[in-house]
Amino acid sequence: MNPELVVVKAKAETLVRAQGINQTWGDRHVLQNIDLAICENEIVTIIGPNGCGKSSLLRILLGLHTADSGKITRRKGLRVGYMPQKLRIDDRLPLSVTGFLMLAPGARKERVQEWLERLSITALAKQPVQRLSGGEWQRVLLARALLIEPHLLVLDEPVQGVDIQGQRELYQLLPELRNELGCGIVLVSHDLHLVMAQTDRVICLNGHVCCSGHPDQVSISDEYNSLFGNQSGHQQGHQNGHQLAPLAPISELAPELAHYTHHHDHKHCADGHIEGSEECTHAHENVSKSEGHKHD
Amino acid sequence: MISWWLLPLFAGLGVAATAGPLGSLVVWRRLAFFGDTLAHGALLGITLGILFDLHLTLALIFSCSVLALILLQLDKYTGIASDTLLGILSHSSLAIGLVVLSFFDNVRIDLMAYLFGDLLAVNQNDLLWIFAGGSLVIGLLIWQWRGLLASTVSEELAAIDGYPVKRLKAMLVLLLALVVAISMKIVGVLLISALLIIPAAAARPLAKSPEQMAMLASLIGMISVCAGMAFSFIWDTPTGPTIVVSAASLFVMSQIFNSVRR
Repeated sequence: MNPELVVVKAKAETLVRAQGINQTWGDRHVLQNIDLAICENEIVTIIGPNGCGKSSLLRILLGLHTADSGKITRRKGLRVGYMPQKLRIDDRLPLSVTGFLMLAPGARKERVQEWLERLSITALAKQPVQRLSGGEWQRVLLARALLIEPHLLVLDEPVQGVDIQGQRELYQLLPELRNELGCGIVLVSHDLHLVMAQTDRVICLNGHVCCSGHPDQVSISDEYNSLFGNQSGHQQGHQNGHQLAPLAPISELAPELAHYTHHHDHKHCADGHIEGSEECTHAHENVSKSEGHKHD
Repeated sequence: MISWWLLPLFAGLGVAATAGPLGSLVVWRRLAFFGDTLAHGALLGITLGILFDLHLTLALIFSCSVLALILLQLDKYTGIASDTLLGILSHSSLAIGLVVLSFFDNVRIDLMAYLFGDLLAVNQNDLLWIFAGGSLVIGLLIWQWRGLLASTVSEELAAIDGYPVKRLKAMLVLLLALVVAISMKIVGVLLISALLIIPAAAARPLAKSPEQMAMLASLIGMISVCAGMAFSFIWDTPTGPTIVVSAASLFVMSQIFNSVRR
């Protein structure tokens, strides 16, 4: 780990902070008392099973929805780049990739060109957006998010429908972008192993924050494994995430990681925090703990 | 001396030019039924205008705008599917308009002219309304084009990007109301949305960008107006419907062109 980065992290500014967020849909209490903060220069992965409230939390953080209760504080003048999980554009709208990218506020032709080159999709510039493959479209959406020069980049399940090579490339790009732009990055994923090596902090969500901290610690925590662990896995032991092939499917990885399995229990989780606090200074601690790991 | 057909021709061209970009937005955002509902409700506006002895164009613009804003709110707060809701409102407001109108025996009103349009009865005042309203609509659309397009692509993304999505939508439906109100005389209540949608749909296969589609839609609309007027003189057919038939023919041609090209 680059020591300079640690210094930067220590004085990182909070970009967005959520305090005591509660959300109910009908009789389902989707989000319960969520506290979290995202800082500059950090990559945070929000992970959780389907229906755990990931999308609701994201919509609330993005300001698209106002939570039933709780407070969202955004840094003044915060620019957010958002890459949606999916976006379908109607066939009746004739729109080229360049035309689509030019819709970002303040987008200029040269900048569009630069990002197209950077993401190796220059060849798509004149293509109608409806004709792109899943992977191509994801890159275009990423380019769109980056064009507004975001302070905070939010990626919702960014690799759906993308092949393995594309996934690897996309995830390798994230730390580069973070270092270049100094932005905070929030990733939503349902698979920690894919994003492990690139993540500074993991927030494991299942209605409430079950656990959070460095991916190495989260991946061996009981809370994480009760949500994602393999039913047959009873092996104990610490398996360092970075030694795992980062792209191996979870079915292969889970037995090694699973501590033991139990039904997920809310009472249990209240004491189950590894890195209990969401304060930004903890990003610094996390980094120092993981010194010696190779992050690339 | 001005030829008698020049006024209607310019009126038709003005409406068609305005309907191009607005109609394209209507097509992209699936607002076609919305426009229909506004037009049908407009008859109620006319009835009320006559009843209270108001300036008819103003009464029309006012009633269409109020209806548009009500629809915008209903869309947000009711659980009814919006096409069902629009279908109910559209036809019931048309029916209410017709029923209320029938109560006034002493009011002489050419119902056919409002239902199907009476382009040839256009006067200088109407022309002024069409050009003033049309310029306002096109000016606002150009001014806010990027935001309108961005929220057409994705309202969520546009909102995060900081475009005033809600205000833009309100602006769009009010402009739609204005165009429905001023083009009422040309093609009538029943055919207004045809003039919005058909040229835009015909322009789609020929366009490579949204802007091209908007301009081509204006052009196709204007050609339809010229052709419609010419044919209605030759065959002595009603002008409004003939314009719509011309637009529909151009649509068929553009579809054939598109399938041949592929």
